[in-house]
Amino acid sequence: MKLELRGNKDFWAGMMFFLIGTVAILVARHYPFGSTLRMGPGYFPVVLSGILIAFGLYIMFRGLRKNEKFQGNWSIRALIVLPLSIVIFGIVMELGGFVPALIALIFVSAASGRDFKFIEILLLALILTVSSVAIFIWGLGLPYPLFQEIW
Amino acid sequence: MDIFSNLIFGFSVAVSLQNLLYCFIGCLLGTLIGVLPGIGPMATIAMLMPITFALPPIAALIMLAGIYYGAQYGGSTTSILVNLPGETASVVTCIDGYQMARQGRAGPALAIAAIGSFFAGTVCTLIIAMFGPPLAEMALKFNSPEYFVLMLMALIIAALLAHGEMVKSVAMVVLGLLLGCIGTDVDSGWQRFNFNILELTDGIGFVVIAIGVFAVSEIVSNLGDPEERSVFTSNVGTLFPTKDDMKRSTGPILRGTLVGAFFGTLPGTGPAISSFSSYMVEKKMAEDPSRFGSGAIEGVAGPESANNAAAQCAFIPTLTLGVPGSGTMALILGALMIHGIAPGPTVMTQRPDLFWGLIASMWIGNLMLVILNLPLIGMWVALLKVPYRYLFPGIMVFSCIGIYSLNNSPFELYLAAIFGLFGFLWRKLECSPVPLMLGYILGPLMEENLRRAMLISRGDPLVFFTRPISLAFVIATILIIIIMQSPALKRRRKDITG
Repeated sequence: MKLELRGNKDFWAGMMFFLIGTVAILVARHYPFGSTLRMGPGYFPVVLSGILIAFGLYIMFRGLRKNEKFQGNWSIRALIVLPLSIVIFGIVMELGGFVPALIALIFVSAASGRDFKFIEILLLALILTVSSVAIFIWGLGLPYPLFQEIW
Repeated sequence: MDIFSNLIFGFSVAVSLQNLLYCFIGCLLGTLIGVLPGIGPMATIAMLMPITFALPPIAALIMLAGIYYGAQYGGSTTSILVNLPGETASVVTCIDGYQMARQGRAGPALAIAAIGSFFAGTVCTLIIAMFGPPLAEMALKFNSPEYFVLMLMALIIAALLAHGEMVKSVAMVVLGLLLGCIGTDVDSGWQRFNFNILELTDGIGFVVIAIGVFAVSEIVSNLGDPEERSVFTSNVGTLFPTKDDMKRSTGPILRGTLVGAFFGTLPGTGPAISSFSSYMVEKKMAEDPSRFGSGAIEGVAGPESANNAAAQCAFIPTLTLGVPGSGTMALILGALMIHGIAPGPTVMTQRPDLFWGLIASMWIGNLMLVILNLPLIGMWVALLKVPYRYLFPGIMVFSCIGIYSLNNSPFELYLAAIFGLFGFLWRKLECSPVPLMLGYILGPLMEENLRRAMLISRGDPLVFFTRPISLAFVIATILIIIIMQSPALKRRRKDITG
């Protein structure tokens, strides 16, 4: 039975809806519910969470019956590194300024691909950084420092 | 004539040097990004949208509309040249367009697609000008119950037509509505789902979700599943269609425009179903249906006209009722709200400059696309040859700067990273994110209207069935659900969404 669940896309889709619905209803149960006539802030979320839980259960059970598998390949590397590059951009933007943040973003995001060639990416980073500074800072006038002084 | 004086007024707004420039930049950028394979219109619009926020509302909307057409049109170019549809609406164009390209007739295929789109765009500009005002007048009679049911109808139809299974699409709508609850409740001021995070007080910006779910997760998925690309570039050939091409295409363009205008106006349906229906019509009407699939120009002319007609007429429900019919329109609706414009029938009376200016600029945008695309084909082809590993860091740069510029804070970036992960998960679980986006944008409006409806009716849910207009919407929704469930249509739906 346990093996059956691996890669069963409907089971996990249902599980996701069920879990999100459950968390939402647990959080929202403390909000004033009100009545149908005068709905409180809790009314809409609680009803929606309930519907989501019902859908989640239905999709889960249907998944057990149909047992269809995921399709296509995964790139665990891209899945971790690409979102990470966004986070790094945010952090470096605060600490180091626009130019370092861009260079970090380009290098880290490029590293999420399969063939990473340093010289190529360096060139790409130069071109993209210069054009971004030209478009966003000089052209559109976004008020970001190119370099931040680090204390 | 009233329409013409209105249109002239619109042109006087749109033809300022500044607005023409923004229209041009929008079309250019939209096509530029839209041409890139593996980047659909949703991702294109989401990542370019933040640029428009700094502009005055009219210029922003004009530029956004330009991006929207450009993205749509860029997708067709990719379908014809690379056989990679960026979105479901272009799937049909691939069938015969790519075959034409293989026969060395990519030029005429692209030209016919452009001519058909331009014709459809012109007709639909007139349709919006004619039917927009009476529809808005009718919509002024709508009250909360009508709006609630109308939005529900749009969401249900969108879920029915979304890529993937219906049950999961409806669940995604509900999830989107729930996400829409995050932040301050307008009615009571209560903080919902903010987990004591200050930045969540105003809810999550829809651009953050859109970029995460459409742009970031698209890249992750493309990196995991690299697609084979073979561009037919050596022989785009002459752009000019032959006399025979023109003769064959006239009928399909006319019929495609009608089909597209019809489906585009209905909330929930859109370009995908239009281009598919048009292809079916042409195949049925052809003297020799066997030519379809091996480079029949009718198979490009009809669907491309239908596609563009639908894309344009989709503005009708968005602008007159404030109810978007598709994911891309939901984004545009969200952009309107960011500019402080409450979408709905009052836009036309309160901001006529905006309404008519936008309509005029739609036509100008279509004209620019023709002028832009045909001579610049060489540039798009060159762009198609750029390896993906150079492209996606560039997309990330645009997306990240866009997100950061929303609030000048890194918090939105962290959220976008999380939504990127979820977006990929949803892709793998085959849960379409488009219904989620629609639900997210309509959620707060629906809650407000539901509350008001219940106040009007003193808490009686039967109010949705006792008011005539509302009842009509309910019946229409049920009818559409029944029709969509019929076995014949289910099979077709499978063909459309693959």
